[in-house]
Amino acid sequence: MNVLITLSIAGIITMIGSTFKDRSWILTVTLSALAISCYLAGAGWNSNVVFFDAMRMDNFAIAFTIVCLLAAFILSIIYHQLNYAKDAHYAEVYAIILFSLAGAVVMVSFTSLLMLFLGIEILSLSLYILAGLRKKDLLSNEASLKYFLMGAFSTGFLLFGIAMLYGATGSFMVIDIAYYLGLHQSAPEPFVVAGIIMLMIGLLFKVAAAPFHFWTPDVYQGSPTIVTGYMATVGKVAAFAAFLRLFQWGFAPALVSYQFLIAAVAIVTLFVGNIIALYQKSVKRMLAYSSISHAGYMLLALMVTNEISNGAVLFYAIAYTLASVVAFTVVAVLQEKNAGDDTDAFNGLSKRNPMLAITFAIAMISLAGIPPTAGFFAKFYIFSAAIKDGWVWMVAIAVINSFISIYYYFRPVIASFMKKGSDETINISFVMQLLLVLLAVLTLLVGMLPDWLTGIL
Amino acid sequence: MIAAALLILPLVFTIFTLLLPANNSRNIALIGSLLSFALSAFAWVQFSSGNLAQLSLDVPWISSLGIHFNIGIDGISLILVLLTGLLYPFIVAATLQTDIKSPKAFFALMLAMQLGLMGVFIAKDAFLFYVFYELTLIPVYFICAIWGGEKSIPITLKFFIYTLAGSLFMLIAIIYLYFKTPGNHTFDIQSFYHLGLSATEQTWIFWAFFLAFAIKIPIFPFHTWQPDTYTVAPAAGSMLLAGIMLKMGIYGLIRLVLPIVPQGVAAWGNGALILCIIGIVYASLIAWRQQDLKRLLAYSSIAHVGLIAAGVFAVNISGLQGAMIQMFNHGVNVVAMFFMIDLIERRYGTRWMDELGGVAGQMKKFGVIFMIVLLGSVGLPLTNGFIGEFLLLMGIYQHNAWMAAFAGLTLILGAAYMFRLYRHVFLGEVKDHKIIAVDTLTWENFILIPLCALILIIGVYPAILLNITEPAVQQLLQIFNAPNVITSGL
Repeated sequence: MNVLITLSIAGIITMIGSTFKDRSWILTVTLSALAISCYLAGAGWNSNVVFFDAMRMDNFAIAFTIVCLLAAFILSIIYHQLNYAKDAHYAEVYAIILFSLAGAVVMVSFTSLLMLFLGIEILSLSLYILAGLRKKDLLSNEASLKYFLMGAFSTGFLLFGIAMLYGATGSFMVIDIAYYLGLHQSAPEPFVVAGIIMLMIGLLFKVAAAPFHFWTPDVYQGSPTIVTGYMATVGKVAAFAAFLRLFQWGFAPALVSYQFLIAAVAIVTLFVGNIIALYQKSVKRMLAYSSISHAGYMLLALMVTNEISNGAVLFYAIAYTLASVVAFTVVAVLQEKNAGDDTDAFNGLSKRNPMLAITFAIAMISLAGIPPTAGFFAKFYIFSAAIKDGWVWMVAIAVINSFISIYYYFRPVIASFMKKGSDETINISFVMQLLLVLLAVLTLLVGMLPDWLTGIL
Repeated sequence: MIAAALLILPLVFTIFTLLLPANNSRNIALIGSLLSFALSAFAWVQFSSGNLAQLSLDVPWISSLGIHFNIGIDGISLILVLLTGLLYPFIVAATLQTDIKSPKAFFALMLAMQLGLMGVFIAKDAFLFYVFYELTLIPVYFICAIWGGEKSIPITLKFFIYTLAGSLFMLIAIIYLYFKTPGNHTFDIQSFYHLGLSATEQTWIFWAFFLAFAIKIPIFPFHTWQPDTYTVAPAAGSMLLAGIMLKMGIYGLIRLVLPIVPQGVAAWGNGALILCIIGIVYASLIAWRQQDLKRLLAYSSIAHVGLIAAGVFAVNISGLQGAMIQMFNHGVNVVAMFFMIDLIERRYGTRWMDELGGVAGQMKKFGVIFMIVLLGSVGLPLTNGFIGEFLLLMGIYQHNAWMAAFAGLTLILGAAYMFRLYRHVFLGEVKDHKIIAVDTLTWENFILIPLCALILIIGVYPAILLNITEPAVQQLLQIFNAPNVITSGL
């Protein structure tokens, strides 16, 4: 709760700040709010504080909260570095980011379906606005509108599902629903199953799983790149945490009735994401499809309920966030230099700025899941969770997709190391360099010493 | 501890190469690889004969999943550690006169690759094995793609995706085996040996592993990446790939497939053996028709390693011992061959057979050296290739005489294409009279003469290597024949 309060107060302060001329202090306020929230969240470790039967800050919630906060922390700095001078709505961006994080915190810690709904809406509304940040850019407007329409549509499903479950069980509480499902394990009523499926569809929209992914490429491409990075990391991680929380603790007793549905969605998501990504010229769009495919891998962990599946999703989220932030930042830097976001923009990057090329390569290697990066261990962990419950054939399909993905992940890497581009060097600020190197080193370190992250959930 | 040092040394020198100025990179890499060689030789001295893994180190790595950083050296590992240690100085030295752009990155990648190779050969934990197995791929990919010849980008990407595809199926098999281990699961390879898997499980796991290793070796029909990749790769890259890296595949067959799924091998080993033999004949025939010397060598390499893999699938003492010694020999021969072809290319500016001729007339010493290596690789008695191929064919013969007859074609065909090469390139008239090639220089002699000496020494006294591996191979066969009896130690 104190995390929520901190974030909201900071959000209000930065929003008021947008009326002042001097805005140099806004980043400081945002970053300190994020740091304090992180500390407050971390301080509650193992304490399982419950707020009015609406939220519970258990370790699961805290871990995902911290991932979201740290991703936001880094992206805030990068946004400042790239846009401080020219963005007319600089202060509002930080206000919205802080509010959206409040939504994310609710999403990962809910105990009642109403809070889940609230959290999702807070986060989504903020993201709709962020997507339309460049209000004179047609693509950005399209992104915002598309995202909003699709989001509103999926919200309908969510609400419908919640209503049905309430009708059947008489409660919004996840525990009560789990209890009810446990009692009726052998033959759950049809409209309970329908409710679960409705909720699933709503959440699948949010995590951009196929066939509910159609908004993703356009929205990801149209939004300002750092905002895309924010959606792809914080938005996705929070949605997945909510998904996992709801299904692992609420619907697990009815696992058999929806398991195959998730399996089917995961398979479609993997193939759609990976195969369409192969044909993308724009790296930003490629990353959008790759993020769809990563949702497919994470869905593997939702089909099983064993002691490692939560940890596996957390680990995957961390590995994916680390790599995605680097990838989107490098794309943003290139766009900044008017190079566009096509693969050709990466030509000769290793000559123009070796540091950008190397960190980007590490990020791609991690997303492709090759040792010794975090992405490899994340995949390994997810696969282990699935194989443990006997889903070997699903893992085989995921593996086929893994090596399809290498082709498109390596294309910009090949362009940056092996193709000739312009000779003009790209200079980036020291802070950016530091952040990128830090993230790349973390990607490698987490990959080589995953132990300190595997045991915590 | 020596096992750990084998890994630390290349790592330290990779960092040195990256930190120190670029004009020193080659020397640093050379010093690093010489020290590695010394260290692997020292490991040999310290190694006491027997079937136990020694000089080992075991520390928990990812304890929540029972993954250990568990390394150790037994006879089978030692011979490949020696091979890696021995060949690396030669491979680094072979670049002495080649102008390499951004040498810092090149040599750092080579040393990083050595770390991966050493790791594969001494890992005792399946997860660790897998990580090192993949770790070798990134450096060699960049070496071949960035410093490679024409069209290197699509060709090496194919190689990369192809080999990674295979090994991902191995990853599934490894995770599956992990969950089969009793109690708190473990990735220890030893504990995979006695799982009592059902016949169906053994079949699936056999093919998952086979796919990974067959692509790496490569065994027909998974070889399609290989000729192109060897051809476009820079000389050092081809040497790494053919000399050392493909041995990872054969090592994997011996270390993982035979003892873990003996029933799978019993049921499907013949199928694999037939693929190997098809590959031997097929690749030899294609090699016969090649004009590009590097390509010829690539195909001959498929034939040679096909025979080695066939010897492994025969699963008997002579087949396995033959595989062990022939892995070493093939590494030595193929590195010498690639170096000599690189030398010809540097002198004459071409490696096409019909543009070459009369090399022996211009470079007398080189002609003799080439002949020695050639005899080694076609397996003439008193050269290293003879003892290896003899043992391999004997092993296959004990398994099935017909298969041995077909596999034996490698000797005839090998001689046919290699002597064709010698006739076209070394004898006859010089095609381009403007070029006056100088005979081998001192630094080239420093590479070629030791390799030739090795070819002859092993040919005359093979026991020096065979003794290393014998106890470990015996033990392996014991496990293979009685998988459910838990043998002590190793």
